[in-house]
Amino acid sequence: MPSVMLRKRDDGKLLFYVAKKDLEETIESLEFDAPEKWGGEVVLGDGSRYYFEPLSPAPKIPTTLQAKRL
Amino acid sequence: MPAMTREETEALIQEVLEVYPEKAKNDRAKHLAVNDQSLEKANKCITSNRKSLPGVMTIRGCAYAGSKGVVWGPIKDMIHISHGPVGCGQYSRAGRRNYYVGTTGVNTFGTMNFTSDFQEKDIVFGGDKKLAKLIDEIEVLFPLNKGISIQSECPIGLIGDDIEAVAKMKKKEHGKTVVPVRCEGFRGVSQSLGHHIANDAIRDWVLEARDGDDSFPTTPYDVAVIGDYNIGGDAWASRTLLEEMGLRVVAQWSGDGTIAEIEKTPKVKLNLIHCYRSMNYIARHMEEKYSIPWIEYNFFGPTKIAESLRRIAAHFDDTIKEGAERVIERYKAEYEAVIAKYRPRLEGKRVMLYVGGLRPRHVIGAYEDLGMEVVGTGYEFAHNDDYDRTIKEMGNATLLYDDVTGYEFEEFVKKIQPDLIGSGIKEKYIFQKMGIPFRQMHSWDYSGPYHGFDGFAIFARDMDMTLNNPCWKNIKAPWKKETASEPVKAAA
Ligand code: SF4
Repeated sequence: MPSVMLRKRDDGKLLFYVAKKDLEETIESLEFDAPEKWGGEVVLGDGSRYYFEPLSPAPKIPTTLQAKRL
Repeated sequence: MPAMTREETEALIQEVLEVYPEKAKNDRAKHLAVNDQSLEKANKCITSNRKSLPGVMTIRGCAYAGSKGVVWGPIKDMIHISHGPVGCGQYSRAGRRNYYVGTTGVNTFGTMNFTSDFQEKDIVFGGDKKLAKLIDEIEVLFPLNKGISIQSECPIGLIGDDIEAVAKMKKKEHGKTVVPVRCEGFRGVSQSLGHHIANDAIRDWVLEARDGDDSFPTTPYDVAVIGDYNIGGDAWASRTLLEEMGLRVVAQWSGDGTIAEIEKTPKVKLNLIHCYRSMNYIARHMEEKYSIPWIEYNFFGPTKIAESLRRIAAHFDDTIKEGAERVIERYKAEYEAVIAKYRPRLEGKRVMLYVGGLRPRHVIGAYEDLGMEVVGTGYEFAHNDDYDRTIKEMGNATLLYDDVTGYEFEEFVKKIQPDLIGSGIKEKYIFQKMGIPFRQMHSWDYSGPYHGFDGFAIFARDMDMTLNNPCWKNIKAPWKKETASEPVKAAA
């Protein structure tokens, strides 16, 4: 379960960063993206998929969350 | 020599790889690439941040070098103990030319070497007592120090000393910041992990010092310059531009920096990152914890400087935006004169770079401003994200080399025959003896600053005086020159 740092890029896209893995990718899709439910499956720019435990309310970004690799 | 095509560059890589045994060849092949601007992500073409091969000549440093030499060392009012045997600190002492103001040995300590000078008995019985004694001695001899950092060398981790306990005890006793840094040289594959460890130590032991204390009066224009090590005065040449446009620079990390500045950084409005590789970790942390946004900027060469000033100004109101335009306008005549003078002498010259941190991509713009072309570049200790940022800066079909070996670098140079090479001191004399002009691009070859508009003038002059130096014509011994082979007429 890598620790993932999430931040917004200038153009509004979410960036998915794992320091240990040297991985910095954009988030292309997010299963739940609403103020009351956030998380689920994410697909990154390189096609890999991860899973965030759905959160409610949505977290304030930037933040660090645990993700599962799918 | 005309620019090489993609096929030629690929063939060159194959040719150079030929001498390696099979396994080494496969490994090194992943680190050499032909640039393709159409790629979004570098991991498609190049692998980085991997262990160097045994048996090749790498140009990398160690984690201790990344922490003590790069991140912590320049913090001038702290004393950084090179904890372990004497050599690691002594042989790297003052080599980076991080300029600072202050009286060395009284209130600043940048060029001094403090070490616990481990002997056999310290390895056998542990060095914690010695460390405690050393800190007490420092307090007596240099009472104006503002804090101490303990930079671990290899043995500390191997013998299992508890430097954290000593740090906590001495912090209580002396009422000063004492930071244990676990940057033993064997950690990681290069100095890069040392940067990360050093960032984490700042986060854990320094950054929170003024949380909840609002006595420091802030302004809406507060910024911190992060990842500028003031080599040859770089940070000063950068800082003046930011101040001229109306910003207030609260902290310099870490060239000419102080621990007080670092503690105040969480109060700023925007973090400006110059060396992304060595300081992005702490910027990300501050963004998350203190909601301080950060941006990367590039102060090499007028084109990039103007771009960066505008991008920085976009984060502020109109007074700053006007300020940025005013600054660009003010220096215009100056840098145009520099270009007018040197461009005709440097136009079309081809450069190969091999450095660390940010320079393999950041200086490209400065060369281009002078009409020069960077035909090959590479990093000692980059990660994927650095190459992501490099692909767009480099021309198509140019050569990229990660953690290049001494052999590969020489072979590339022989084939590409650049007009100038920018790399480190270990490479300098090899290439000079091959007759190729060389600039030492880690410490600016004892020159600088190169940042900012003022720095650009010095950069241009240095490149010109190296490249167009008459000595290069005299590299070949007179009797080996073509003309000498003409038969000499025997005296009648
Ligand atoms: S690798 Fe270890 S022994 Fe060598 S310089 Fe680095 S800390 Fe010192």
